[in-house]
Amino acid sequence: MAQVRTILLPHFEDYPVQVAMFKDVTNASFLRSQLLQANPDFDYAFLDAAMILSPLPLFLAITLSLHSTLSPATSPLRTRTPHSELVFRLHPNNNIGESYRKFGISDDTTNLIAVKFSLTPDVTNESVAKHLSEAVQGVSVDVGEDGSELGLFADLSKIKKIYKVNDGGVKGKGGKKGVTDQVGTVKDERSALENIIMGVMTLKGS
Amino acid sequence: MVSPAAATIEPIAPLRPPTPPPSNPSRPLHTLPPPFTSSNLQLLAQGAEALVYKTTFLTPNTPCVVKYRPPKPYRHPTLDRRLTKARILAEARVLVRAGREGVSVPRVLGADWEAGWLVLGWVEGGSVRAVLDGWTERVKNRRKAYEASTGHAEEKEMLDLMSRIGSCIGHLHSIGIAHGDLTTSNIMLKSPSADLNSTTNGQAAVPSSTSSGSAIPSLAGQITLIDFGLASHMVPHSADEEGAVDLYVLERAFSATHPAAEPLFAEVLKAYGQSWKGAKGVLKRLEDVRLRGRKRSMLG
Repeated sequence: MAQVRTILLPHFEDYPVQVAMFKDVTNASFLRSQLLQANPDFDYAFLDAAMILSPLPLFLAITLSLHSTLSPATSPLRTRTPHSELVFRLHPNNNIGESYRKFGISDDTTNLIAVKFSLTPDVTNESVAKHLSEAVQGVSVDVGEDGSELGLFADLSKIKKIYKVNDGGVKGKGGKKGVTDQVGTVKDERSALENIIMGVMTLKGS
Repeated sequence: MVSPAAATIEPIAPLRPPTPPPSNPSRPLHTLPPPFTSSNLQLLAQGAEALVYKTTFLTPNTPCVVKYRPPKPYRHPTLDRRLTKARILAEARVLVRAGREGVSVPRVLGADWEAGWLVLGWVEGGSVRAVLDGWTERVKNRRKAYEASTGHAEEKEMLDLMSRIGSCIGHLHSIGIAHGDLTTSNIMLKSPSADLNSTTNGQAAVPSSTSSGSAIPSLAGQITLIDFGLASHMVPHSADEEGAVDLYVLERAFSATHPAAEPLFAEVLKAYGQSWKGAKGVLKRLEDVRLRGRKRSMLG
C-alpha cells in the first residue's frame, strides 16, 4: 500500500491535503496520458520531484491554490481545477502549458510527488492510498509529518534555472563580519533559494 | 436654493463606504479576510495603514507575520483597491529583490493583493531600539554607581553592532533600495539560530531594559531590516538624496533615544562610508539634509 501523508495547512484545517511520493516510477507516461485525457479518476497534481526543492514552496503552491479555490473573489483560479492551479502556481510565469512541462511529470519521470485535495468527503487518506497503489508503478516513499522528504530528489541546477537564480547562489551572503553562521553553507544556500522561490511564486501574476 | 452648477454635477459613483466589518469586541476594528482563521492569531501592531498579526503559515511551526491593509471606508473603492494593491506589491517586490541580493530581510511567504494581505517570515529577536534603551539605562546606572570598568567590553560590542548596522544599510543602498522609514525599531537583531527553533509565544528573545539592566544581552546576531512599507527602488539621479534621508531619519531616532547614543551613530556612519562605492556621495548629501530636515524645499 502506498504511503500517503495527510497535511493540514494552518488556516485550512477543514481542507486536508493528501501527499504521496514515489521513486523508481516506471509508468509515468501512462499517468501523463490519463492527465491529458482528463480522466476524472486521475484528478491529481502529479509533480516531478526533481523540481521540488523543499516542502515550503510546495506547501505555498498548495496554499495559494486552495485559497484561490475558496476565495475566487479576490484570487481567481486561473486554471480549470485546484490541481492544475497547484502545478501552475509553482511556475514563475503565466503559461499553463509551460508549467506542466516543467513541474508536471514527463514520460521519463522516475520520482514523482502526487498531491490530492480532499475537497469532498469521499477523498480520504485511505482512498488516495488505495488508488495510487494501483495506479502508480513505483516505490512508495514515506513522507514524514514535516514533509522534509519532499525535497529528497530536488535537482538544484534545474530549480535555479527556472527561478533565475545565478549559480553563485545569493550574493554577499555571510560575507560580512560579525554574521554568525553556525549552519553550514549548503543548508544556508538552500534556505536562501527557498525564500527566493516563495517570493517569486507570491509575486507571480502581479 | 441649490446653485445650478451643483445641481448638474452628478457624482461619478456614489461615495458609499463598503459595508463596515461586523463589530467584534474581541478583536479591534477589523477581522482578517479568508483564509485567516482566528486560531493562533495575535495582533502585534496597528498602524495607520496596516494591521500586523502573528500567526503560522504553511506549516504549524512556521511563524509568520500577516500584514493586512484593511479597506479605507473614506476612499473610493476603486482607488482603495488600487492603492492597496500597489503598496502590497511594492513592499513584496522590494523584499524579494533585497532577499535575492543577500540583504537580511523577512522572506515573503504569500500574498493576496486584492484581499489586502501579505505574509512575511517571522524574524526572531529584538529590535535595536530595545537594545539601545537597555544600553542607555545601564550607562545611566553605571554613572551612578561609578563602576565604569565593566562597561568596556559592552562598549566594544555596541560599537561592533553599530558597524554591522552601517554595513547592512550600505548593502541595502548599494542595490538601489531606500528603506523609507529607517528607525531603530525597524532594525532587528535576529537571534542566532532562530531558524532552528521556532518559538510560538511571540516574545522577543533579546531582553529589553528589564530588571535594572544588570544582565547584558548578547549582541550577536544578524542585523535584519523590517517594515518595507515605505521602501522604494531609488531613482538614479536622486539616489544620494534618498539614501541620505534614510540615514538622517535613523540619526534622529538615535538622538531621540538618549544623548549618549549619539556617538554610537558615528560608528554607523563610519561603517556605512566603507560599505559601498556610492556611500561618499550619500554622506555628503547627509550634511545638506541635516541643515534643512527630512523634507526637501520645493523652492528653487
